[in-house]
Amino acid sequence: MSKLTDDQAQAYWKRNLSLMVKLMVVWFIVSYGCGILLFDALNEIRLGGYKLGFWFAQQGSIYTFVALIFYYTKKMAALDREFNVEEE
Amino acid sequence: MELKTLTYIVVGFTFALYIGIAIWARAGSTKEFYVAGGGINPVANGMATAADWMSAASFISMAGMIAFMGYGGSVFLMGWTGGFVILAMLLAPYLRKYGKFTVPEFIGDRFYSRAARAVAVVCLIICSVTYVIGQMKGIGVAFSRFLEVSYETGLLVGMVIVFFYAVLGGMKGITYTQIAQYCVLILAYTIPAIFISLQLTGNPFPQLGLGSTLSGTDTFLLDRLDQTVTELGFKEYTTDVRISTLNMFAYTLSLMVGTAGLPHVIIRFFTVPKVRDARSSAGWALVFIAVLYTTAPAVGAMARYNIMNTVEPEPGQYLAYEERPQWFKNWEKTGLLGYTDKNGDGLIQYSADKETNELTKVDNDILVLANPEIAKLPNWVIALVAAGGLAAALSTAAGLLLAISSAISHDLLKGMLTPEIDEKQELMASRVAMAAAIAGAGYLGFNPPGFAAGTVALAFGLAASSIFPALMMGIFSKRVNKEGAIAGMVAGIGVTLLYVFQHKGIMFIQGTEFLGSMSPNWFMGIEPNAFGCVGAIVNFVVAFAVSSVTKEVPDDVQELVENIRVPAGAGMAQDH
Repeated sequence: MSKLTDDQAQAYWKRNLSLMVKLMVVWFIVSYGCGILLFDALNEIRLGGYKLGFWFAQQGSIYTFVALIFYYTKKMAALDREFNVEEE
Repeated sequence: MELKTLTYIVVGFTFALYIGIAIWARAGSTKEFYVAGGGINPVANGMATAADWMSAASFISMAGMIAFMGYGGSVFLMGWTGGFVILAMLLAPYLRKYGKFTVPEFIGDRFYSRAARAVAVVCLIICSVTYVIGQMKGIGVAFSRFLEVSYETGLLVGMVIVFFYAVLGGMKGITYTQIAQYCVLILAYTIPAIFISLQLTGNPFPQLGLGSTLSGTDTFLLDRLDQTVTELGFKEYTTDVRISTLNMFAYTLSLMVGTAGLPHVIIRFFTVPKVRDARSSAGWALVFIAVLYTTAPAVGAMARYNIMNTVEPEPGQYLAYEERPQWFKNWEKTGLLGYTDKNGDGLIQYSADKETNELTKVDNDILVLANPEIAKLPNWVIALVAAGGLAAALSTAAGLLLAISSAISHDLLKGMLTPEIDEKQELMASRVAMAAAIAGAGYLGFNPPGFAAGTVALAFGLAASSIFPALMMGIFSKRVNKEGAIAGMVAGIGVTLLYVFQHKGIMFIQGTEFLGSMSPNWFMGIEPNAFGCVGAIVNFVVAFAVSSVTKEVPDDVQELVENIRVPAGAGMAQDH
């Protein structure tokens, strides 16, 4: 595989950072947002027997965390291919 | 078959399995001893990480804490899972790319300083040792309760088992036993939960059962629970907040950041072949963890409901003490469940009012352990729960012991004190260090120091305020230099220790609190347990401030940072 130029390395890192920031925003919203700060407001909505704020705090945030990691893994694999920096 | 015999058979079978794995997976090189040869499949590593991470506290105590804290218990659910997102995106892939054996080794190289490495070793040993004491106690308690042997005998048997696979196999042996232990502990956790969910709601998935209606009624389980606890004078289950919103925020953040900074978790990601495996492996770890963590709130709520329903089947109609069920008698004997007939009517009145409440002791820990008995499940399920509790404690203890012993043999001996030893000698040294770590942990298990109960806050606080910021700055900043990193770590640990000790006494010795004129939780009302994130912020601020007025990071180290940011094809050649 070819060696990255400095510019390419910069570009790769920037794309990684911007993806990361987006996903960390979601991470923050589902846990600190829905599970804590917006807890009372969301509890007005029901999801079956769950109040929605309670559901986010004890179930929903965890499911979202799992989805976030796999989404990041998938996106990064594509980015690695694009920049040709996959390990053989 | 009698319960005790069954328990011996089930626990004996799992132990035989662990020893079998130990003999099969012996380590022949330091690479095998420290990182299992670096060839572990990411899904398998995810499973091992899940067992590594889920301790006796997750298995035994967490559901009980949630049962009695209601919504407030969510800090543990979110805090102990959300850290894996940070780990997967901010740490694991880059540390895997770096491709060495220990966490202090990275800190020492990135900050080109033996002093930084030494500070990291000290932090690592303090947080791992405080953590391991809890596991040792868990092993002793599980043995004494289920197998009716003394606490000391139980602890000794546990030590011998860990000795077998950790000293022989190092990370290699630990990895394969952790996979087996995950299977044991997850079956032991979910089977009773499925049965209880079926009994109460007719839904086999506890995650869905918790949001369902009670069998044969139109009332949702959680609504009924809210109603019952408020009638008894407790706060509403689904909205009960023990602490302020700010505290809840800080507590969750401290647990997340602490999770990402705990070395025994981080080193598990050194065992996978590639950078992308480190990313996906964190995802798999969280999948396996989530199976237990999304079940736990259901277990907690359902157990709380079952207990209240047992002592007060209809409003105002209390259970007579003489007619109490067998599980009640069993747990009374252990002292974890207590009844005092305050008004002398022979009935069990449970209430939030301390004056009239007669269920004077319900220990958090009994909920998971007594669950199968409360739900009248067959004896083999109870035996499985015993094996599951032991698996959770053993797997975490082994992971912690490896983190400690590799810091001693690889960082202290090979890295600093005796760099001249060859690989064979280092492998020997790592085995001796492991044996010594087991002996040391066992000693602390036999003589639990008075401060053991308060140390979980310290372990997370230290990992959050020292190791996590140092690793993150090492990867994401090329500006932070040796001076900045050391000053940051020392400042981060410093304020965290100061705050905790000031509230709880130096080394948790009562009477040495030095609050003086300051009120408790004086810093914005934050509890000592939730303070780790503040320590982390101090670490970041000090590190950047000191770095900005001291010498720049040398070129070769900047190149190292460039190199770890890209999986392959950047900067200097890297030996994998």
